[in-house]
Amino acid sequence: MDEVDKKILDRIQSDFPLEKKPFESLSEELGVGEEELINRIRELLDEGYIRRIGPIINSRKIGMVGTLVAVKVSEDRVKDVADFVSQYSEVSHNYRREHDYNVWFTISAESRERIDEILDEVSEKSGVEEIIDLPSKRMYKIGVSFSLAEE
Amino acid sequence: MLDLSEKERKLLVATQDGVPLEKNPFEKIARDLGLSTQEVIETYKRLLDENKVRRFGASIAHRKVGVSVNAMIVWDVPNEEVMEIGKKISSFEEVSHCYERPRKKDWNYNLFTMVHRKSKEECEEIAQEISNEVGIDEYEMLYSSEEFKKTGVKIPKR
Repeated sequence: MDEVDKKILDRIQSDFPLEKKPFESLSEELGVGEEELINRIRELLDEGYIRRIGPIINSRKIGMVGTLVAVKVSEDRVKDVADFVSQYSEVSHNYRREHDYNVWFTISAESRERIDEILDEVSEKSGVEEIIDLPSKRMYKIGVSFSLAEE
Repeated sequence: MLDLSEKERKLLVATQDGVPLEKNPFEKIARDLGLSTQEVIETYKRLLDENKVRRFGASIAHRKVGVSVNAMIVWDVPNEEVMEIGKKISSFEEVSHCYERPRKKDWNYNLFTMVHRKSKEECEEIAQEISNEVGIDEYEMLYSSEEFKKTGVKIPKR
């Protein structure tokens, strides 16, 4: 990734132009040819620097319900349990963390009933010792954006 | 039931894995959905205005760009001070997320913050700084050592 790529990333993470020809206007703004810009973005996607360009949904605002789940899993079963959890399309994040509660994941679903169903199924998995459901009560801050380009 | 029209839902489902990388991406989406390009663009703008979409842009893989350490810092804050301290902690630039969650059996922390940095040392410095600022010593840091999944919220396809 070079300085031009960083400049592109910085620009498109905040807002991608909602216009007929978004890459054309980005290209003018950044001083990179349209073809080159698209190719660079394609490479950033292929190499995994960018996950996707698209809408980031405000799940709560559209009526989805969510929770954060902490699971204590015996060490030799972590990978299996984590893979089981990841297969749910409702699971958006799933991490191993250095703690007794070693698997942490978030669910966003259409209903609380669906969350309970998933929690029940996960608790049944072998190796799961404890499971804690931690739905948020209040949100104070959300959002990540990083500046990459050198000053 | 989600608070989305059929058209909005269709559009979000079609693009939640990303827009196509071509000169007229919205035209392609519109064609696939049987809408006009203008309709697609206006629907996104409305969803942004209504805050049903937080932003329209690139999702960056932090790990890949060197912001490789993600620490969840959990705090045990007196119930009557959560609101005030939650706001204070949120004012730290290094904190990306801050949520209040219930205490549970075997879990006594009620405020959760996420910090993304280049090293554990940097995360620890920030935690220490926050701790001093808000006057809370009861906290734990949970570093992520493996990412199993990170896709962002998806609307069920039905």
